[in-house]
Amino acid sequence: MLDLEFMRLALATGAIVGLLAPAVGFFLVERKASLIGDGLGHVAFAGVALGYLLGISPVLTALVAAVLGALTIEWLRTRGGAAGDQALALVFYTGIAAGVVLVSKAGALNVNLFQFLFGSILTVSRNDLWTVLVLGIGALVTIAVLFRGLVATVLDEEGSRVAGVPVTRLNVVVAVLAALTVAVSMRIVGILLIAALMVLPVIAANRIAWSLRSTFALSMAFGVSSVISGLSVAYYADLPPGGTIVLVAAGTFALCAVGSALVRRA
Amino acid sequence: MPELTLPPVVELDGVSFGYRAGVRVLEDVSLTVGAGEFVAIAGPNGGGKTTLLRLVLGLERPAAGTVRVFSQRIGYLPQRSRLVGEAPVTVREVVSTGRLAPAGIWGPLRRTDRDAVTRAIETVGLAGRADAPLRTLSGGMQQRALIAKALASEPTLLALDEPTTGVDAASQESLGLLLEELREQLGVTILYVSHEFGAVEHVVDRIVLVRGGIVYDGPPSGLPGVWHDPSHHHA
Repeated sequence: MLDLEFMRLALATGAIVGLLAPAVGFFLVERKASLIGDGLGHVAFAGVALGYLLGISPVLTALVAAVLGALTIEWLRTRGGAAGDQALALVFYTGIAAGVVLVSKAGALNVNLFQFLFGSILTVSRNDLWTVLVLGIGALVTIAVLFRGLVATVLDEEGSRVAGVPVTRLNVVVAVLAALTVAVSMRIVGILLIAALMVLPVIAANRIAWSLRSTFALSMAFGVSSVISGLSVAYYADLPPGGTIVLVAAGTFALCAVGSALVRRA
Repeated sequence: MPELTLPPVVELDGVSFGYRAGVRVLEDVSLTVGAGEFVAIAGPNGGGKTTLLRLVLGLERPAAGTVRVFSQRIGYLPQRSRLVGEAPVTVREVVSTGRLAPAGIWGPLRRTDRDAVTRAIETVGLAGRADAPLRTLSGGMQQRALIAKALASEPTLLALDEPTTGVDAASQESLGLLLEELREQLGVTILYVSHEFGAVEHVVDRIVLVRGGIVYDGPPSGLPGVWHDPSHHHA
């Protein structure tokens, strides 16, 4: 498997995605906003379609669309008078509707589009790897530097605001990081499944972790192991990589849930 | 309003507030809290006491009047149910999040900040449980951990919102004693908002009863009998 260039690229890119998606998802789950990744995925779909329509990089247009979607959700949640789920629904449905219209207009309902929707091992290029590497490491360093502030904000937003923490700016950072994760992960996992990789490793870790830091570390470990083993299974069994990766992540959650229940009973 | 000789920490002057246009939760409220005072803000549910606290904390803006707070560091204890969720956060981790104001948000905590976190945990008597997940502790211990979080910034004003919710009677009594100790040892000003104030009635300087406005502001001894909480008696 490793003799093949496209698999080496897919595994290297997947490893970064496997670290990044749960690292960002950790803050979404703890803020009880697990479905934001899903909403941003649908907005990214509109971005991909726009890229095809304009004849420019779909990854770039997906990134811009997801960032705008994330900022809109955050604005609606905090200033626009909409509850979190309403803000998400508004952006979610607008994104998918715009995507359908733009795809139809661009005449892009073809195999390339499906690769973005469900992920593909074959489409990862060296340029993709460099893009994911630079953006992924940048996002992980941002999380590491702001970790305490981000944790305080998701645990107690009002308490942090009273303490003078720049809560609004930190929430925008999380929203932009979520958008970035969706955009850089869609080649491997696919737009429709990336949210699962942001959430499943975190809720699996929540079952067996003993502290917030251990939850964070285990989430990233589960994310990487799900991507690497999912890609390997997909290669040997000729399965779609996105679906296989997410099924491995779901299996990890099931194992953690059963293990945790058994330990509590013992 | 009682005559105040202490320098003010909180000053509300003619404050009115409503969440919707035309419906006022508070009307023309004036209140001054002096440095080192322990004040219970009580009243029926929906009377506006939590709104009053939110105005003091800057979480709401008054429709009329002015709110001035002269404390540089405020330790805030929100209602407990919002903080104790599914995440396996330890006592030390949750208390560390209270150290953001002095430590800033960048990078890891410095040694002086870590020491302050440890002191706050010791102050509330949880040194032996510092690395235990919050969700494994009793309601009373969780409340102590969250008070330690509020203390971690070494505040001059401590604001507590319904701190006895979900806490058994014995833990409520011990919470009252802990707050009295904090006031005496640290000189911190305390605003204690609760619909039941029996646990602290014997240690507060003043009780402020809020029902759309301030209907009583004075020592517990002057409180009309109908307002006393019969579930707590102190010799």
